[in-house]
Amino acid sequence: MGMTIAEKIIARAAGVEEAHAGNIYVVELDHLMSNDGTTHLTIDMYNKLKNKKIYDKSKLVWIMDHNVPCDSPKTAASQKKMRDFAREHGITFHEGDGICHELMIEKYVNPKELIFGADSHTCSYGELGAFGTGVGCTDYLYAMVTGKSWVLAPKTLRFNFTGALNKGVTARDLILTIIGRISANGANYKAMEFAGPGMKNLTMSDRICICNLCVEAGAKTALMEVDDIAKAYLKEHGREAADGFVSDPDAEFEKVYDIDLSEIVPVVAKPHFVDNVSPVEEVGEVAVNEAFLGSCNNGRIEDLRLGASIIKGKKVAEGVRFLVSPASRDIYDQAMSEGIIETFMEAGAIVVNPNCSVCWGSCQGVIGEGEVLISTGTRNFKGRAGDKNSFVYLGSAATVTASAIAGKIVRA
Amino acid sequence: MPEAVIDIQRNKFMTDGMEFRMGKVFKYGKDVDTDQIIASQYLLYPTIDEMKVHTFESLDSEFIKNVAPGDYIVADENFGCGSSREQAPAVLKALGIKAVLAKSFARIFYRNSINLGVPVIVCSDIYDHVNTGDEIELNMDEGYVMLNGVKYNCTKVPPYMKEILDQGGLLASLEKI
Repeated sequence: MGMTIAEKIIARAAGVEEAHAGNIYVVELDHLMSNDGTTHLTIDMYNKLKNKKIYDKSKLVWIMDHNVPCDSPKTAASQKKMRDFAREHGITFHEGDGICHELMIEKYVNPKELIFGADSHTCSYGELGAFGTGVGCTDYLYAMVTGKSWVLAPKTLRFNFTGALNKGVTARDLILTIIGRISANGANYKAMEFAGPGMKNLTMSDRICICNLCVEAGAKTALMEVDDIAKAYLKEHGREAADGFVSDPDAEFEKVYDIDLSEIVPVVAKPHFVDNVSPVEEVGEVAVNEAFLGSCNNGRIEDLRLGASIIKGKKVAEGVRFLVSPASRDIYDQAMSEGIIETFMEAGAIVVNPNCSVCWGSCQGVIGEGEVLISTGTRNFKGRAGDKNSFVYLGSAATVTASAIAGKIVRA
Repeated sequence: MPEAVIDIQRNKFMTDGMEFRMGKVFKYGKDVDTDQIIASQYLLYPTIDEMKVHTFESLDSEFIKNVAPGDYIVADENFGCGSSREQAPAVLKALGIKAVLAKSFARIFYRNSINLGVPVIVCSDIYDHVNTGDEIELNMDEGYVMLNGVKYNCTKVPPYMKEILDQGGLLASLEKI
């Protein structure tokens, strides 16, 4: 019986010939990523263990990205705990370098790997042919101590892409449309696999955006084949252009969706659910107080270029805050060298450091009661960006930038 | 049911004689995300005890005023979707929530709850019949929940997860290695 990419990666990590959906396997993890969202709790639990040991510290990558720079004395205490522990144990550590998933993709992820991250958007690594999945800090600690964990091999939903996105339509519109179609739990416990002739028309940045958001449909992971575009990315980022897995012709998919990329239109996800999706033109008159261009989903150089091309020579609407946060230090540097930061600054935007920012609603740019945010972030849950009675709309870099200029939600 | 007695004693529910207090229900809808269970701005507080008073703050401001150890959460589909924050089941545990009964659970929340020793029970039958404030009693081993003398079926926790729950969570098993 054939296997999907997900099944093949699990079989490899479990050291068995075959793995199939519905069975539980004990697997060895290739990387273990953790960020400041929960690492302080992991350390507290570690310190209470009778037998304290780290199975293989070279597998650990710890990234401070959620509340950077620090926002309060309480956060400072938790972050100090993480920083000190990483130093003491020689764990690879980043602070201020960017958002965890962007850094993992830029520097660490390889094809065929099985990766746990203590963050739900760990499903972001599929464009490099790696099975990333989000776990909590207890699972993380167990894997950190033993090098192993258990996984239930997921069923796979397969998405076959044909054609290309039209001008003005982005990968973000595509994945929001898919989530709207299959719903917020449409892929719960499942893998989402993307393939088909349309893949060649999607850049690495597009692919990261697609994989990253799959958890908003409940997916355990997202996967793609490692083609020449992915291999070129690996080479550019100093890694071996290794092969990935491909699903067998007789692999079993729970459902197959055929999607013509040319039929996708610009959309937004309306409050308070990511699957509450509608075309931008149909949202009606929605004034915005703040706009955000950034996050692990949509803070890459391609997104910044798109935003800058729209705002160049124009101004942010009066009374609107427009936050721009490149997803990593490398992206920030690139944006500076291309004059993109200057363009945003001239337009009146607030350009901030690489971090999770208002996407997770705990430090920069949180919004007040009754306020509206149009965002390239990952979620629009109730209270996600600040006050419990505030409203988040999710859109593409183009929609967000155009809305910042117009002072209301508009199509670019 | 000797096991129930032990469980109840652990939660200090022994009342006069052999009468046991049942747990009261807090009922919520579908897609209750982990941001609603515990919001981002509290996650980096140093301890769960400091966070727990903010549980369900955006969803239901009455919850924290009324919750007592031994109470239950009953919810529609996809409970615990969104962020992987383990603080979500951790605050429920710290408040003494006895179990969460939902039509379905989001994957990471389910796994985190089992790992922490918080029973998460897939239960479709009771949802339409129960309201906030009703008292129920769960029999996890037999796979049912009692409400007003009526028995509603629920799914038994799968053996692999039950083993983790029974030993008090995943960390307990780590100590055996």
